[in-house]
Formats: sequence, C-alpha cells, structure tokens
Amino acid sequence: MTTAELQTTATVARPSRFDDEVGGPRTQGMTRAGWLFLAPFAVFYILFLIWPVIYMVITSFFNTSMVRSGLGSFAGLANYHEMLTKPDFWGALWHTIQFTIYTTPPLVILSFVFALLANRVRHAQWFFRLAFFVPFILPSAAIALIWTFIFTPSTGLWNEFQSLLGDPAPLPVLGTPSLAMIGIAITTVWWTIGFNFVLYLAGLQDIPRELYEAAAVDGATPWQQIRSITIPLLSRTTTLVLLLQIVASMKIFDQVYLMTSGGPGVSTQVLLGLVTNTAFTDNRIGAASAASVLLFIVILIITLARQIVESIQNRREA
Amino acid sequence: MAFRDRDSGSYAAGARLSRRGLIRGGLGVAAGVGLAGGLSGCGSALSAGIAGTQLAPGTVMYWNLFGGGDGVRMVAMQDAYTKSPGASPLQAATFAWGNPYYTKLTLATVGGAPPDVAISHLTRMQNLATANLLTEFTDDMLSMVGLSPSDFNQTPWQAQKLNGKSYAIPLDTHPFVLYYNVDVCQKAGLLDSDGNLKPIEGKAGWEAALKAAKDVTKAYGASVSTVGDTATSWRWFTTLYSQRNGNTPFLGDGGRKLTYNRELTLDTLAYIQQLTKSGLMPANTDYAGAQTLMFTGKAGFYLEGEWEITTAQAVKGLKFGMVPVPTIFDKPAAQADSHTFVLPRMDRTEDQLKRAMGFIKFLLTQSMTWAMGGHIPAYLPIKNSEAYQKLLPQANYAKAAEFAVYDPPAWYSGSGSNFENITGAQIGLVQQGLATPQAALDSIRSQLEIYARTESPL
Repeated sequence: MTTAELQTTATVARPSRFDDEVGGPRTQGMTRAGWLFLAPFAVFYILFLIWPVIYMVITSFFNTSMVRSGLGSFAGLANYHEMLTKPDFWGALWHTIQFTIYTTPPLVILSFVFALLANRVRHAQWFFRLAFFVPFILPSAAIALIWTFIFTPSTGLWNEFQSLLGDPAPLPVLGTPSLAMIGIAITTVWWTIGFNFVLYLAGLQDIPRELYEAAAVDGATPWQQIRSITIPLLSRTTTLVLLLQIVASMKIFDQVYLMTSGGPGVSTQVLLGLVTNTAFTDNRIGAASAASVLLFIVILIITLARQIVESIQNRREA
Repeated sequence: MAFRDRDSGSYAAGARLSRRGLIRGGLGVAAGVGLAGGLSGCGSALSAGIAGTQLAPGTVMYWNLFGGGDGVRMVAMQDAYTKSPGASPLQAATFAWGNPYYTKLTLATVGGAPPDVAISHLTRMQNLATANLLTEFTDDMLSMVGLSPSDFNQTPWQAQKLNGKSYAIPLDTHPFVLYYNVDVCQKAGLLDSDGNLKPIEGKAGWEAALKAAKDVTKAYGASVSTVGDTATSWRWFTTLYSQRNGNTPFLGDGGRKLTYNRELTLDTLAYIQQLTKSGLMPANTDYAGAQTLMFTGKAGFYLEGEWEITTAQAVKGLKFGMVPVPTIFDKPAAQADSHTFVLPRMDRTEDQLKRAMGFIKFLLTQSMTWAMGGHIPAYLPIKNSEAYQKLLPQANYAKAAEFAVYDPPAWYSGSGSNFENITGAQIGLVQQGLATPQAALDSIRSQLEIYARTESPL
C-alpha cells in the first residue's frame, strides 16, 4: 500500500524535470521568473547558511581567533587531531548521543499515542490539541525557568512529590551527575512533544475512514485496526518524525546551557556547548569549527544510516 | 578624529529622532500617552542601534560579576555613587561569574558595544589586554581624577601591567588565607594572651599546631576542599609551592612552556598527600564540607580565600579569626587574584572618559565598604586608613596582599580557567590519595602540553 503510494509520487515528480530539460521558450521565461522570485530568499540563504558553512570548513583548518581579524595561521589537521584526542570532545559527543537516546523514543512513541487518543475524542478535541501543543510555542528560556523551578533541590515541586512518596532526602535532579541529563530530557519531552503530536494528528486525519469501516465489518478489534491500518499508513510520518527528532536532539544546546550550563562538572556538556565554549570563551574559532564539522559528519552518518535502513525496508516490502 | 565622527553620528540620530518624534506626537494625541511612550522608547533604541551611537548618552554603563555578599556590597557602593553630587546616571549590570562573564565582555567589545567600565579579575584582564580588548590607562587619565600609580598596592599594580603599560586599576587583592576556630585553638593552647593565634612557623610548627587542634576536635587539625572544587586544590598547592626557595613559575613564555620545578612540585604534592594520609587534614571533603568542619569545631583550621568571611560571620555562635597562610616552607607566599576596573576598547569622547574615570575613582573611595567582604583594598588611602587598621579580622591578614602570587599568565590560565581545572583536578586526586604525585604530575603535563603547543588565539 505505502510503497505503491511512494512510487506514484516518484513518477509524478519525473515529468516536471523532463519539461525543464526540453525547455521551450515559454518554460525558459518561466524559469527566469522563477529564479527571480527565488532570488530574495536565495540571497539570504547563501549569505547566512551556505557561506557560513563553507567558512566553517575553511576556518577548521586554521588557527582562527575571535579577537583577531583574518583567518590566522594555517593549522592543517591540528584542530581535528586535538578534538579527536581530547577526552572532553568524546565526553560531549557521548552526552549528546545520550540525550538523543533519552529523548527520541519517548518523543516518537508518546506523541503517537497522544495523537491516537486525541483523535478518538469526540468532544472538545480542540482542547487536547491545544494542551499538547502549547508548550512548544514557549521559548526555551521560559521552559528552562519552569523546570529549574520544578527541580529546585529541597523545596521544588518534584522534591516535594518524592518526599510525599517517602524519600527523606531526594537527590537534586539537576545537581546529580547521573540524573541531570534525565532532568533535561524530561524537560525536552514536555516541551517539544507538541510538534510531533501535530504531525501525527495530521497523518491520522489523512487515513480514509472506509478502511476502518471495512475492517470493523470484517470483525477486526480496535487493537488490530491500529496495528494493521494506522501504524503502516503512518509509516511515512514516523520516518519524518524520527529523522527530524534525531537531528533536533543532536543539536541540543538551549536547555543544557540554561539549566545546568554543562554541569555538574561536565556531566551534561554536549557538543554544541563545547563548540560555544571553544569559540566564544577560549576565542578559538578554528578549533570550534573543527568540532562543528565533526558534529556535522556524525549527524550526516546517522541520517544516511537511517536512509539506507529505510530503502532496505522498502525493497523488502516490495 | 574619531570623536568628531561620533558627534556627527549622534547629531544625525538626534535629527532623525525629532522628525519621528513629530509624527509620533500626532499619534500620541490619537492613541494615548502610554502608547506613544512605548513607541518613543523603541524608536530611540532602534535609531541608536542603526547609527551606532550610545543608547543612553551621558550614562555610565558598568558591568560586574558580583553575587552573594559581594553583590550586596557592590550595589551599596553604586548607590552611594548615584547619590553623590555630580554623579552621572548609572546603568549597572551583574552577570554570572566566571567564563560566561568574560565571554559576554569579549563579545560585546568585539561587537563594538561594550560597557564604559567593567570589572575583571587581574589574571583574566591580562588576556583581555593581550587580545587588544582594553584601553590603556595613561598617567594623564589617572591624574584627571586625582589618582596616581603610587596610590595603589604595588603588588597588584605591577602584576596588572602588560609590556610596561597599565590596563587595569586594581580594586582589591583576595588571597588564600587561614581561618581558625577560636574555641578549638584556645583549648589547644594555640592562642596568645590577647586571644590571637600564636605565629606558626615551618613544617614542624604547622604539623604541631594541626596535631594540637586534632587532639581537641577528635577529627581533623585543618580542612581544605579536596573534592569537586579544582580551584581550591590549585590555590592550596600553589601557595605551598610558592613558599619554597627555588620555585619557578608553573608556566613560562606566555604559556608556551611548562617551567615548573619538577622536584619541588613533586615534593610539595607529596607533602599535601602526607597531610591527608596522616589524618591531620580530611582526604574527602568538598567546598561546603571543608567550611562546615571548621564552623562546627571538627577542624581547628580552614583554608580558603578571604571571601568566605561573610559565610563565617553568618554562622551563629562561631568565633573565628583569620591570618595569612603560615610560612610552612622558606618564605611567605599566598595564591591570590585581584578584582580590577578595566575600560573595554572603544572610541571615547573626553566626556565619556571623564565619566568613566570619575566612577572608578568614586568606587575606590568606597573601598571600606568593599573591605567588609574580606577583600584587601588595593587603594592605599583606604588600606592605610585608621578605620581599616581597626577592622578585624580583616586587618590581621592584610599583609598577605604584599606576598600575593598570581596564576602564571597564559591564554588558558587565570581564575576559573582550563589551567586551574586541569591542575586542580589532579591535585585533588593527590589530596584524596587516589593518585601518586608522580602520576598526577604526568597527567597534568600531558594535558597542559596540548594547550602549550596550541597557538594562542589572543
């Protein structure tokens, strides 16, 4: 079913490219107009995205400093060598992956479950949709404040709750190396679940009702309906959500910076935190660029790995 | 030249403002006073940003990093300034201590919007000056507000200089000192007839005093943090190391070489370990724990910077005194840093400069308030004043400022820096008995060599 859909979209896409290649005078004019319309955005895109990325790759081979103009002296691979042999770098990479592991499964599974439940509600569905989505529109600083408040040692809400359950001296969540990352992960799940929730809800509403009716007529239980209709038909959405989520989690910075600033010790220091410290505290743009390029490569590998797994799955289904 | 450019710039902004103001006036009649007020605030910020002029002309912008007791005292000093005759309006901002503060200060200066005056640690200001982020203090600028180099304690004054030029005005010196619990020391017979600590001299004298105190406390003689606070471990080590004849700075050539004296370093580390191994000092205690041991009479002595005076004074029923760290080895020395005033680099008009210097001068004259928090004033008219001589226990350890030892200059050194973190972490392991002096030094060496090899970004 899904593969069939995929193939149709693929064949639809092809003729338009074919048109361009033939390029009659009319289409050529249209292409020019198209570029013209694109230009304002393209200028910004090149200036603020493409060029900085190129610049980052260039500076990663130099001893570029923040407080001196120019690229600085040529460093060759020294910046990469430094990062790859630095325990701080590997620690930060592990914490980043740790955060991704903690947040991605709940953010995908919970948002699916919540979307499923919200979709079944007959009355006041708008309320549930709003309730799940509202945290997402808050800025990270507000989220960090709310959850640092909840996690306050000795007097915070979470501390009180644990005391009620009979723990005489609960550990401070954000002050304990083994718990701090979990605290940040919980905060993040609460904050960003709304986005995935909306994607899933949209996906759910696209599934034709007839399929469920037919299944019900054939005597399928609600659980069977979910397993055989909902989950397979949402696999496109799941792929998207999963990919977006992994990339977003690898780019974790705000919550860590605001809630623990990498502490206690360096137990929650993530890669982007390391990059910021190297660039703006140590003034070493060159070394920070090298770390950024390495993070870029890690994200690229994960994305490629996901795509390979997906294409293998597709082939097997077909 | 630069002055004139700036003036014309602000004039242009002013003209544009008034034109907008006219339109806004019309709007204001229609939409109410409140809205117009909001708009005009927004408009002036916008035009100042576009024209690159000062946001609030005539104001002194002042950044600092003081929290806790220091913060309260600094606000009192600022209040005294704003109430003083002829004071300019003041916009003071306090940021989180340590790296975040210096990051903001650097970025603001590089970005061309620094404050008029900022606080910096002496060991950090050297790096800011090397990076060309600070304006030099010439003798003319000092005499503009009636100051001269001889008004300052010469130890911080000489330490702040870079290539013979002055880039900072020291406010204080804050050395590593020895706190003692009066009750414990009384019982241990360590006090003289006036109730002051009898002088402690040499290794033998130090160990004898610790043993006497330990006999009273039944726990420890002295306490110093060993876990989770790298800075304190470094302060304790370098204080002892600097007391030895023949010691060389830990880093040389601006951080490009490791120049410590190997034998003395190993021997000093071994001595620190011996003190915890013999049970005279605790092997496992963090920053707060080390304090509590002395506050609760479980240790006779406590070693930390003098700023913990505020915490100690807040402990009910605690009688304590403070003296410089005793000369346990050959000569007096104590690790220290200083808070200094700096002028971030920017083009200043004569007026701006006068305002900034006037503000610094006024805060220096408020050094007595500052001294309450334990810091030893660098401004001699206050330090030598009768009032300060009578301020106890501050006056008892004031001479520690004379033999203050600052962290070695390097782009990765200074208070709260990578250097302190690397060395302090290993020294902490030595204190805890988890690493031999040899292993700790090997680890320090291999980690610092990476930084020493790396080209300075400054």
